[in-house]
Amino acid sequence: MSGIFNSSIGRKFAMALSAFFLMIFLLQHFAINILSVFSEEAFNSASHFMGTFWVVQYIFQPVLIFGVIFHFIMGFVLEIRNRNARKISYVKNNGGANSTWMSRNMIWSGLTILAFLVLHFIDFWIPEISTKYFQGDMTGLLPDGNFRYYEELHHKFENPLRVAAYCLAFVFLSLHLLHGFNSAFQSVGANNKYTKGLKGFGKAYAILIPLGFVFIALYHHFNH
Amino acid sequence: MNLTLKIWRQKNANDKGKLVDYKISDVSPDMSFLEMLDVLNEDLINKGEDPVAFDHDCREGICGMCSLYINGEAHGPDRGVTTCQLHMRMFKDGDTIFIEPFRATAFPVIKDLVVDRSSFDRIQHAGGFISVNTSGRPVDANNIPVNKHDADEAFEAATCIGCGACVASCKNSSAMLFVGAKVSQFALLPQGKVEATERVLNMVKQMDEEGFGNCTNTGACEVECPKGISLENIARMNREYLAASLKG
Ligand code: HEM
Ligand code: SF4
Ligand code: FES
Repeated sequence: MSGIFNSSIGRKFAMALSAFFLMIFLLQHFAINILSVFSEEAFNSASHFMGTFWVVQYIFQPVLIFGVIFHFIMGFVLEIRNRNARKISYVKNNGGANSTWMSRNMIWSGLTILAFLVLHFIDFWIPEISTKYFQGDMTGLLPDGNFRYYEELHHKFENPLRVAAYCLAFVFLSLHLLHGFNSAFQSVGANNKYTKGLKGFGKAYAILIPLGFVFIALYHHFNH
Repeated sequence: MNLTLKIWRQKNANDKGKLVDYKISDVSPDMSFLEMLDVLNEDLINKGEDPVAFDHDCREGICGMCSLYINGEAHGPDRGVTTCQLHMRMFKDGDTIFIEPFRATAFPVIKDLVVDRSSFDRIQHAGGFISVNTSGRPVDANNIPVNKHDADEAFEAATCIGCGACVASCKNSSAMLFVGAKVSQFALLPQGKVEATERVLNMVKQMDEEGFGNCTNTGACEVECPKGISLENIARMNREYLAASLKG
């Protein structure tokens, strides 16, 4: 095992593992959010469960935070190393002739997602942590006795600027995943005749999941 | 046809270098790109100027010496060819053509368009071979049965000519297509399996030490490779490497 994560392939492998983890998380996040479109009650109870169950709060949540931080720090490390591998650039370079825009701009789509995550933390995570752990209110209830989760979500999407920012971020997430999904499989060594079918699935995931999030944001915006 | 060439001129490794414009006329569409440069050089020599230095040897697409980044692509706009196999009919009368050296920290420029690709040799020395004891009684290689599919894939990997177009095209200057091909060529065959673990570990270590970048799977290498080496070879190297790291 000596030095595996100091090697180029080891770093790529670690990057791919963190990316797989994030893609599974994204699916789970989507599954809960989409409930808010169908049933206020289901969304509330799922949110309350996630927000109070100790395994989620004290184990999954720290792992997720670590995973996100690891992924973008490793992304920066790779980007810097890769820039150093060509100190003098071409005067004329026709990147579009041999690769997709998405694959050449992972750092920019990634940075857009990072900016979104900051906004997202300020919007939901920090208020949540402050209510639960600083004000000590673990009930998840509003003064009127109803759960607060749906109300909070619904209210956040009133502001058209926030909705626009979310939609834009999801476009970049889609671009990131359009390359990233299949790239992660290639990084862990899965590219042969058996994995060809994955490519289509990867495209579907990369388009449908972000589109679903956009739909949720628009749904709440236009249902006021 | 008449063309304007913008050629990278650099006296030596320490010179800063710059693009210099040259006009060239009466270029036949049937000329190869290197023949077109020969004509230019003859002209320069007649005028008492320093000819443009560029690499070449076989001029039939097998040695991998000819390099050149032409109009933003390794070996120019054609597919599945080296620069010596690129024909001037790929261009139009009046075109401006940018001609630059392959760029990578691990491929330093020696002069003009000539780069030092000995980093590839050092990667090969680190493990791109099999050790065979030769005696007066050679055993026929055909005595060892090899599955047809593996033999075909090994053969395809072995067609890599070490030209470096993959590195030059890659936005990360990654050498993984080259190293993937060299690792695969042996990993697929019984003769290569004996040293497979050290081979992949040593070759990847050397590749990293030479300062090549990390693959991000853009696939540019596969498109620009004159021999059509597939990305599957990189995936195979990744598998081999991860398995070897767990073992050793
Ligand atoms: C936090 C901000 C983020 C940044 C700065 C970022 C940056 C990067 C970079 C630089 C790469 C490497 C480029 C490559 O391998 O092609 C990458 C790969 C990837 N990212 Fe992100 N990313 C971020 C968030 C995300 C999120 C939220 C997801 C998924 C939900 C994700 C999924 C992926 C995938 C699947 C890959 C491909 C991994 C591989 O090739 O092995 N990223 N990211
Ligand atoms: S993999 Fe292709 S592009 Fe790279 S060195 Fe070999 S032949 Fe050249
Ligand atoms: S000169 Fe040998 S491949 Fe072009």
